[in-house]
Amino acid sequence: MKRIISLTIVLLLATRLGAEPLRITITDGVIEPLPFAAPPFVAETSGGQQYAEKISQLVAQDLSGTGLFREIPRQAHISNITSFASPVQFSDWKAINAQALVIGAVSTSLNGNVTVKVRIFDVFAGQTLGDEAGYKLVGKVAGWRKIGHKVSDIIYSHLTGESGYFDSRIVFVSEGGRKGARKKRLAIMDYDGANLRYLTDSSSSSSIVIAPRFSPTGDRVLFTSYKTGFPQIYLLDVGSRRSRPIQNSQGTMTFSPRFSPDGNSVVYSREQGGNSDIYLFSLKTERNRRLTRSPAIDTAPSFSPDGSQIVFESDRSGNQQLYVMSASGGAPKRISFKQGRYGTPVWSPRGDMIAFTKQNRGRFHIGVMRVDGREERLLTASFLDEGPTWSPNGRVIAFTRETQGTNGTSHLYSVDVSGRNLRAIPTPDGASDAAWSPLNP
Amino acid sequence: MKQIFRMVLVASLVITSACTNTGSGFFGNENGTGGLGGTGSAAEGSAAEFQSAVGDRVFFEMDQSTLNSDAKTLLSSQAQWLISNSDYNVVLEGHADEQGTREYNLALGARRANSVKEYLVSLGVSGDRLQTVSYGKERPIEICSAESCYSQNRRAVSVLDNLGF
Repeated sequence: MKRIISLTIVLLLATRLGAEPLRITITDGVIEPLPFAAPPFVAETSGGQQYAEKISQLVAQDLSGTGLFREIPRQAHISNITSFASPVQFSDWKAINAQALVIGAVSTSLNGNVTVKVRIFDVFAGQTLGDEAGYKLVGKVAGWRKIGHKVSDIIYSHLTGESGYFDSRIVFVSEGGRKGARKKRLAIMDYDGANLRYLTDSSSSSSIVIAPRFSPTGDRVLFTSYKTGFPQIYLLDVGSRRSRPIQNSQGTMTFSPRFSPDGNSVVYSREQGGNSDIYLFSLKTERNRRLTRSPAIDTAPSFSPDGSQIVFESDRSGNQQLYVMSASGGAPKRISFKQGRYGTPVWSPRGDMIAFTKQNRGRFHIGVMRVDGREERLLTASFLDEGPTWSPNGRVIAFTRETQGTNGTSHLYSVDVSGRNLRAIPTPDGASDAAWSPLNP
Repeated sequence: MKQIFRMVLVASLVITSACTNTGSGFFGNENGTGGLGGTGSAAEGSAAEFQSAVGDRVFFEMDQSTLNSDAKTLLSSQAQWLISNSDYNVVLEGHADEQGTREYNLALGARRANSVKEYLVSLGVSGDRLQTVSYGKERPIEICSAESCYSQNRRAVSVLDNLGF
C-alpha cells in the first residue's frame, strides 16, 4: 500500500511503501506541515504534574517551530491519554487526521530528578515508531527544558530520519545603546531564547565584541574583542566565563576566528600593513601558519567538517567572492560566479552546502550553494541580512537582520534551508553575530 | 615636563571655551566620533588646533581605500603639523559604512587606516608615531541609512595619542 500524505512530490514527501515508517523528507522544505497530536503528558507522581504540562507544551512548540509539523489543538482530541502504557485507540486519532501521535509520562523523585518517558506512533499504520516501549530520559528538575528538547530531538529524528537540533545553544552579541555607540557583550542562550546568560560585560562603550564561534564540543568560544583598544582574538571557557587572548598580536589586527573540526586549531584573519590574510594557529604548539598570501582582503574562513578544506571570502577578483582551498593552503578555487558580492561563507555541518551572505543591488541575502558553487539559492532578502550559522543538523540557518535608518536595530532570525519558516529568535535586547552550537552533550 | 605644561595649558583653554565647543571629548572621543568644533581659538600646537585648523579626518569612496586629492591635501597639512609637533603620537582609525559584512568592513577599515599611514610616512612623519586600528562598521558617526551618512562614515580619523602626558 502506498500513500502520499500530502502535496507535491518535489517539495514534500512522506510516502508509504509497504512497511516503511512514517517519514517526512525535509530536503527541499515542506509546504504542508505534517499534523501531529501531543496530548498532555501523563503525570505519574503528584510532583510530576507541573512538569508534565510544561514539557508536553515545550515539545509541541519545538516541533511546530520547525514548520515541518503542525500540532492538532487539544480541543480537537477525542481520546484522553491517562496511562503511558495503555493501548492507543488509533481510530480516535485517525478521525482528527493526526499522522503522528506523541504520548509521554513524567514523574519526579525525592532526589530532585525528573523522568520523562515518550512513545511515538504512526497513527495510520497503527504502529509505534522506534522502540515499542518508548524512550526514557532522566535529569534534574531544574533542567526540565533540556529534557524536553531532548524528547523533541527523539521525535524529530523518528519523523525525519535526521538528527534534531532542539537541545542546542546559540552564542551571540547582545547589543544595547544607540546606533553609533552600541554596547556589545557576548551572551549565550538555548536555541529558543531561554536560559540567557551573559559571558562578557559591557562596562564601557569601547568594549566591542564581535562574532563569537563555538568549539566543536560547545564548551569554548572564540571571539574578537577591543578590550585592549585593538581587535584581538580571545578564547573563552563557557563554564567559567574566563577568557584570554590566544596570541600576542601586537601591531596587527586578528579577527574572524573559527575552530578546526578537531578543536585544536584556529583559522582566522590577520591584518598587517592594511592587508588581511588567512592564518592557521595551533592551540597546542602556538605556532602560526600562513595560508593565503595575496594583497586582497582574505577573511571569514570556515573549515569543511572533515577538516580537509577551507572556504573563505576574498576580493582578489575586484570584489568579495567565495573561494575554497586545501586546509594546508595552496591555490584557492573560486566558487561564486553569479551577480553580486558574496561574503561570510560557512560550511554546513553535513558537508553538503555552504551558506553565505550576498549583496546585490542594494539588498542583502542569506543563501546556500553546493560546495562547488552549483545550485545557488537565496533564502532571505532585506536591507541587511548577514552572518549565517547552521543548526547542528544542517537544516536551519540562523542569521542577523538589521533594520535601516537612525533607529535601526539588529535581531536574530532563523530560516530553513528551503527558504521557508522565517522566524525571529527572541532576545531581550538587540542581537547580532549568532553562532549555533553543536547538539549539547 | 614641557609636555605636561603644554597639556595643562591646553586643558584650561578647552575648559574656558567649552561653551562654544560642539564636540564630546578633549581629543575627540576614543572612536573619533567627537572632536572639538572649529572654534578657531585653539592654542598653537594643541590637539584642539589639530582638529579645528588642520582637520582630523579624510573620507573615502564606497569600498575604496585610495586617497582622493582632498584627502591628500588635508593629510599634507596633518603631516606638517605632526612634524612640527613631535610630542604627539597618532592613532589612525579606519571606519566603514554599514553597507557591507562585518568582517569585510573590519578589513576595509584597516586598509583605509593604512592608506593614511603610508601617505603620512611618505611625507616624512615617522611610522613609529603612527598606529592603526580598524573599527569596521562598528562606530558610524552618522546613523541614517543614506549616502549622505555613509559618505561621512567612510573615514579615517587621526586621533592624537594622549599617552605622552
